[in-house]
Amino acid sequence: MSTIDAWVAHQRERACQLPGAALPWLARRRADAIARFADLGWPTSRLEGWRHTSLAFLDQQALAAPAFAPHPAFALATLRAAFDEGDHWLVFVDGRFAPVLSVTGMLPAGVKAGALSEALNSAPDAVEAAFGSADDSASPYALNLALCSDGAFVHLARGTALEQPLHLVFIGATGAADTHLRNLIVADANSEATVVEHHVGGGATLGTVVTRVQAAQDARITHVKLQQQDAQAIHLAQIEAEQARGAYFASHSLSFGARLARNDIRTRFAGEGCETLFNGLYHVDGRRHVDHHTLIEHARPLGTSREYYRGLVDGNARGVFAGRIIVAQDAQRTDAIQRCDNLLLSRLAEADARPELEIYADDVKCAHGATVGQIDEDALFYLRARGIDTDHARQLLTYAFAAEVIERIAHAAVRKRGRGLLLSSLPGGARMEALQ
Amino acid sequence: MNAPTRNEALGAFLEQDYVAGFETRLETDTVPKGLSEDVIRTISARKGEPEWLLDWRLEAYRHWLTMTPPLWAAVQFPPVDFQDIVYYSAPKSKTDGPKSLDEVDPELLRTFEKLGVPLHERARLAGVAVDAVFDSVSVATTFKKELGEHGIVFCSFSEAVKEHPALVRQYLGTVVPPGDNFYAALNSAVFSDGSFVFIPKGVKCPMELSTYFRINARDTGQFERTLIIAEEGASVSYLEGCTAPMRDENQLHAAVVELIALDDAKIKYSTVQNWYPGDKDGKGGIYNFVTKRGDCRGARSHISWTQVETGSAITWKYPSVILRGDDSVGDFHSVALTNNLQQADTGTKMIHMGRNTRSTILSKGISAGRGSNTFRGLVRVTPKAEGARNYTQCDSLLIGDRCAAHTFPTIEVRHPTAHVEHEATTSRIGEDQLFYAMQRGISAEDAVSMIVNGFCREVFKELPMEFAVEAQKLLGVSLEGSVG
Amino acid sequence: MLKINNLHAAVDGKAILMGLNLEVGSGEVHAIMGPNGSGKSTLAQVLAGRDSFTVTDGSVDWDGTDLLALPAEERARAGLFLAFQYPVEIPGVSNAYFLKAAVNAVRRHRGLPEYDAMDFLARVKAEMKAVGMKEEFLYRSVNEGFSGGEKKRNEVLQMALLEPRLAVLDETDSGLDIDALKIVAEGVNRLRSPERSMIVITHYQRLLDYIVPDKVHVLSQGRIVRSGGRELALELEAHGYGWIDADGKAAAAASGARS
Repeated sequence: MSTIDAWVAHQRERACQLPGAALPWLARRRADAIARFADLGWPTSRLEGWRHTSLAFLDQQALAAPAFAPHPAFALATLRAAFDEGDHWLVFVDGRFAPVLSVTGMLPAGVKAGALSEALNSAPDAVEAAFGSADDSASPYALNLALCSDGAFVHLARGTALEQPLHLVFIGATGAADTHLRNLIVADANSEATVVEHHVGGGATLGTVVTRVQAAQDARITHVKLQQQDAQAIHLAQIEAEQARGAYFASHSLSFGARLARNDIRTRFAGEGCETLFNGLYHVDGRRHVDHHTLIEHARPLGTSREYYRGLVDGNARGVFAGRIIVAQDAQRTDAIQRCDNLLLSRLAEADARPELEIYADDVKCAHGATVGQIDEDALFYLRARGIDTDHARQLLTYAFAAEVIERIAHAAVRKRGRGLLLSSLPGGARMEALQ
Repeated sequence: MNAPTRNEALGAFLEQDYVAGFETRLETDTVPKGLSEDVIRTISARKGEPEWLLDWRLEAYRHWLTMTPPLWAAVQFPPVDFQDIVYYSAPKSKTDGPKSLDEVDPELLRTFEKLGVPLHERARLAGVAVDAVFDSVSVATTFKKELGEHGIVFCSFSEAVKEHPALVRQYLGTVVPPGDNFYAALNSAVFSDGSFVFIPKGVKCPMELSTYFRINARDTGQFERTLIIAEEGASVSYLEGCTAPMRDENQLHAAVVELIALDDAKIKYSTVQNWYPGDKDGKGGIYNFVTKRGDCRGARSHISWTQVETGSAITWKYPSVILRGDDSVGDFHSVALTNNLQQADTGTKMIHMGRNTRSTILSKGISAGRGSNTFRGLVRVTPKAEGARNYTQCDSLLIGDRCAAHTFPTIEVRHPTAHVEHEATTSRIGEDQLFYAMQRGISAEDAVSMIVNGFCREVFKELPMEFAVEAQKLLGVSLEGSVG
Repeated sequence: MLKINNLHAAVDGKAILMGLNLEVGSGEVHAIMGPNGSGKSTLAQVLAGRDSFTVTDGSVDWDGTDLLALPAEERARAGLFLAFQYPVEIPGVSNAYFLKAAVNAVRRHRGLPEYDAMDFLARVKAEMKAVGMKEEFLYRSVNEGFSGGEKKRNEVLQMALLEPRLAVLDETDSGLDIDALKIVAEGVNRLRSPERSMIVITHYQRLLDYIVPDKVHVLSQGRIVRSGGRELALELEAHGYGWIDADGKAAAAASGARS
């Protein structure tokens, strides 16, 4: 039996225990999704979008639960230390909501944030509308839909605003070989929130996460993903947003870990005058592999998009960025900028970049750029001419190169945590703690 | 405002006619439609080829049978019926081939003259030696004698097979292997003629070499093969021009060009491609599916591609450079214009293998009408390419709101000392630019061509003079009187 | 204290300095003037230890040490300071962090205790006040988005903090209006002392109205072609560099004939 068949069997076995099993629409979508997954199989490098990241190896591999992971309470405490008391926390352990560890008492009226598994009972119609289908999904995200066991369901009523960030924390403890999470964020008109997704600790061997954001007219949603998992984890994630007229969506993705991390991040401008910021940083070393595939679809006029990705690739690692901007014929007066810059830090590292523009409208301002290179020699000399030793100067400039991404995060405490993550992942980071 | 509006100005610019669209009536020697081992044997026999070359063709053909046409390019067209194509068509002549220009059918000479390519040496085209290829065969090569004095070989491919078999055998297929891709395999099986250039050690070719390709016969595919070898320290500048008559059917052109530069050699290859693009509704036109690749085999060698692509219904080509030798240099300069329903998916690959190799990519895409223009590029720095440098600049200009411009570069870097930089912009001819020019008394259509030419200037300046002029014309410099 | 002997330097194989000789004593201020392309900035970069310049001949002795043998950071710690013509922007690194890292690197080298955060802040704020810099510049990225004048002030601030024995000011006046120039010059003058030598590189004499030099040298074609007092600068202002160029060429030709 191939592992694909094993997944199908596994899904059939688990289906009746999954949340919302009694809901016919969900059962149907799960069945379609697993069928799609079985049909497509794991993506291989023969697929255009997976040229640099083949998952074919998953076909020959039985998944085992990780041997060790920090206690969830410990992982959470370290995480919380950086934040205000006023923040809101939804914590998931091994793919299941952990109410005891979560804090949501201070949510303002009109804002709901809870477990998807609960929302499927209490508000199945709202979930259905936001849940999405696997019709056009890449196979890992079809598998996610078929098997998702929980996630966050967030609803912001018209005009509501969350001043403090909502943290979604996903902790891998022991006992799960695979986890599949689905987060749904529904932002009604004029609402505003920052949602931070933390993936920490010894994650499951294979984890899939799909986060869906619906931003209604003039809503402002900032999504921050902090991904820091141990070196065995395979992390496959999709973040997909749809923006109505005048809506703002920002995606910040900071990737520091996992053996293989793939992030598919996309948004679609379904109304006029939308704005988006795609901001990302990856730092990989050892034999890690990180891949960001982004898509910004300017379907309507007067949209503005800014995309800035930076990569630090060290050791034997490979960093991949592929960003596509599509400007539809109707999307006149689009303004789009896309950049991806990489520093290669070792002889065996590899950086691949594919910045893509696909343009069908003429009244547009679009530019993209990509670089792979090294630390700027002028800056290095400037630091050395002030007495700073070469190693420290290099570390400092490496940090500075990466920190530019983090500085775009508007929320100060989240920014601080981002800097901390970066410093802890860089060689010589401890020495530069004052930069946090 | 009485002056023409932006849209009118653009309209006039877009409605230029294809001037090379006439047909020459000649008696031809044509192999019946369709492709089989027998057809290949026939082609090889007509050309009196040696056994090894026939075997080489047959092997390519058998490999081709196992392949499928590539589908990844951003171009759309109905599947080509490869059995509905004539693979060999030659103007009839009394002998094997013309021995001198006097033996060439005067009708043919007039054709080339009409195209602005006089073949009589007395017409000296600013010292350019020309090889003219008409459908499947080379009809004349000029200036052979002078070139021969320098030890330079410049002749048709068929002649090279006869006169210089060792050289052909040594280099043929070493840059583009017969099974490289679907169209290269097809070409390897059925190629009819093309040009062969050999510049011996230390020789700087004293004049520009030029080949003029003309598709004339109906339902005929053109499958030429060009091989250029520059030995140590040699240098050559080679120009290529192409036209075809206007026909309602699509015609296939699947060429292969191989360039080999040994130590310190330099090859500059310029193309002005003006195959018939089809009419305003997209009817007819050439499918231009070409594989061009240069191999900087030697240290400090330099291969430079310059192309101006204005013709063809569909263009699918990626002139590339393999930077094998240390300190070798590769350039790609391109202007691609698509109008009406033309589609172009073009770009380059720069494969850095040697140390301190450098490459520059400069691409200007102009999309007009309902044209679609895609830049597709690959810059790869392999683990041994210490100190590799690439700079890519890729600009798109959109004229009208129904065209499309895509930019798909890929960068793969596996050496930490490499510097790779890609920049791209997309813009349109602005109302304010046009108005500014018109306010200074420049007609709208002149203003459009001025802006388009300005946009392409960096590429044009890479072209030899005569070609630069032709290229500018093709982009519609002289539009006087076409806007009322 | 500084003795440059027959210095030859090249960049990308192109010779720029061609036999430069210069001696600067303790506490002296020397101005080096010259037309564009004469090698002024190259001299500054070579003294500070820029790798992209290759010293092809000659020596630089600094109080008995072979200056050219030291890497850039060690020259800085030993007390050589280069005020950059174009101070480099380093986005993502706060000025405060940068200044502290530099000051402590230098203090460590000199056997002084490193500043802790509090002491450093007190010190840097005092110095900032002296050069007229607002405190917010501490928390901005190094030189990022600074105006020309702000960048030069930041250079003078660093000079004050690092307390060099030899300061090389590379066209510190370029791009400054007269008010900014005065403020920067005041900052420099405040740092003049008998233990501190300075080499002031400039194209224009006007800077020397504010930083009055002990000696003036004219650089042309990679070597010093004239030396004199203050009045040489005024002469240059009156007559321009034309005559110097001719002189320089003559000198170069003569030396070519000799060798």
